[in-house]
Amino acid sequence: MSRIKICFDRLEAQGRKALIPYVTAGDPAPQVTVPLLHAMVEAGADILELGIPFSDPMADGPTIQLACERALLHNTSIIDVLAMVKSFREQDQDTPVVLMGYLNPIEMTGYERFIDLAADAGVDGVLTVDLPPEESVNFVSQLNAKNMDAIYLLAPTTEESRVSEVCRQGSGYVYYVSVKGVTGSAELDVDEVAAKVAMIRKHTDLRIGVGFGIRDAASAKAISAVSDGAIVGSVLVNQIAALANTPDQIPAAVAAIVKDMRTAMDA
Amino acid sequence: MPTSNDLAKLKQLPDASGHFGPYGGRFVSETLIAALQDLERTYEKLWRDPDFQAEFDRDLAHYVGRPSPLYFAERLTSHVGGARIFLKREDLNHTGAHKVNNTIGQALLAKHTGKPRIIAETGAGQHGVASATVAARLGLECQVYMGVDDVERQKLNVYRMKLLGATVIPVESGTRTLKDAMNEAMRDWVTNVDNTFYIIGTAAGPHPYPKLVRDFQSIIGREARSQCLEQTGRLPDALVACVGGGSNAIGLFHPFIEDESVRMIGVEAGGDGVETGRHAAPLTVGRPGVLHGNRTYLMADEGGQIQGTHSISAGLDYPGVGPEHSWLKDCGRAEYTAATDDEAMDAFRLLTRIEGIMPALESSHAVAHAMKLAKEMDKDQIIVVNLSGRGDKDIHTVAEIDGIKV
Repeated sequence: MSRIKICFDRLEAQGRKALIPYVTAGDPAPQVTVPLLHAMVEAGADILELGIPFSDPMADGPTIQLACERALLHNTSIIDVLAMVKSFREQDQDTPVVLMGYLNPIEMTGYERFIDLAADAGVDGVLTVDLPPEESVNFVSQLNAKNMDAIYLLAPTTEESRVSEVCRQGSGYVYYVSVKGVTGSAELDVDEVAAKVAMIRKHTDLRIGVGFGIRDAASAKAISAVSDGAIVGSVLVNQIAALANTPDQIPAAVAAIVKDMRTAMDA
Repeated sequence: MPTSNDLAKLKQLPDASGHFGPYGGRFVSETLIAALQDLERTYEKLWRDPDFQAEFDRDLAHYVGRPSPLYFAERLTSHVGGARIFLKREDLNHTGAHKVNNTIGQALLAKHTGKPRIIAETGAGQHGVASATVAARLGLECQVYMGVDDVERQKLNVYRMKLLGATVIPVESGTRTLKDAMNEAMRDWVTNVDNTFYIIGTAAGPHPYPKLVRDFQSIIGREARSQCLEQTGRLPDALVACVGGGSNAIGLFHPFIEDESVRMIGVEAGGDGVETGRHAAPLTVGRPGVLHGNRTYLMADEGGQIQGTHSISAGLDYPGVGPEHSWLKDCGRAEYTAATDDEAMDAFRLLTRIEGIMPALESSHAVAHAMKLAKEMDKDQIIVVNLSGRGDKDIHTVAEIDGIKV
């Protein structure tokens, strides 16, 4: 059984929802990432989404574009990201880690090599933003063979007839993108999300995480109340950007935001 | 070389899922899937509709001014001394380049979908101008994304777009050229997908764009083929076209795919020389990867990061290429090479002086290679060069090289 499923099962038994923070690996410098991951777990994160930096993050807003640029200043490569996960696993064997990024770095590394390295590093899931189910049959079967989950996105524009097809190919959880737009953009509408999540549940038993547009403890609480978990990215990355010149302060400052959200969600 | 049966199949691509062999496809985030499926359905229905075809043909004839001439460049031919060089005069189209063939077609699609707003990306500004033009004609709101470096080197086209009522949005991110403009247009589309039609300017991007842009541009090759037969009684021996994203090249090539005797040669931007790394020649020295919704040859480093490109011509300054070119290359049906900035500049000056035709710097790359090729060919052989655009937009760049302030 995958670490992701174990995690959700445990949370469900406790009557709690998953808090899933996202940070870009290597932002603002490679040595920050592993301590930051540990600090977020300490503060109450359940699953970690770790971004693979890419030069052309088409689905991301300015916040995560800039995070990629900071990471790429240090040439943080996909191989470096996998090494960070491996290093994280030395002290933490329980918290699921999901890699999130774009296809080209994976494509150029080679599917087989990437999947071997990811399995060896202790990665639990892979979310490739620009790899929809239609294009990824091969990739997913190789991932699943190594006991890793393929996480897919569902969007406000996804037609109902397509939901079960996407979920059938995915595992671990499905990521519902709460707004039309790029990461960090619009205000989200909790009622609309609740209706959409209910529709998705009719078609799948997968857990549903919701992301895009969660800015604070209140919205994390509201969104997790109508789903299985809140995915939080840009607000954390903005904090990293603000402290880019004093990287030692980043883990504690980001952890404080995560902790606020945790407290609100568990209240 | 593939057999004629293979060639017939090659011409039928892409397959139902938008693939040209391993290339093409639909590599986008989930938010855009429904819009692309919708566009595919709309396009497939309208492209087979005689009324739509008649409307498209009418616009091409009376608004664009087609057919564009196929002109025998007699003085250029005798100057070079070799094969006869004919120019397909896309520079004479309304707005000054082949780009308008595609924007007319996509604007008709936009009109049928009822979306009130169009967006476009542009490099040299030709596609931006062509998009702003059709938007003005149809009364649609138009926003054009353009890298700040290109805004600077293509000021004239920026002003033209503004006069046409479009908003030009300078893109500061990344390398500040065409690829970044395309990223930003994609971000806009994902945000405003309900009311916005994205007019992609080249035969790249997610399915069905490479197919529909090719279909709209194929008027170039269909005309050139019948004009060449009419004027010379035979097919050309070689076709030469510049390749950035590759829309003018695929438009010229596609109707000739089954004509085995016709060589098809795409000319990429060699920049300072492909050996220097400062160029935009993914088919010549790149490798397959995924960017902007399709799998194709790219300029990327070992870790998959997209590399910066360089070309004197903003329209070729792009690290990817349309997926059909990638497959034509792998199949051996088309050949790809590069011309440097200097070679393109020499061709620009020569054509201007001895034919009185000022080519776009993009098209100058094709002229430069055609001159090399002509020398190696017999005098009774024929080369058709796609003169994809006119050079008025480039006079600032040329003047700067000459140290003159215009």
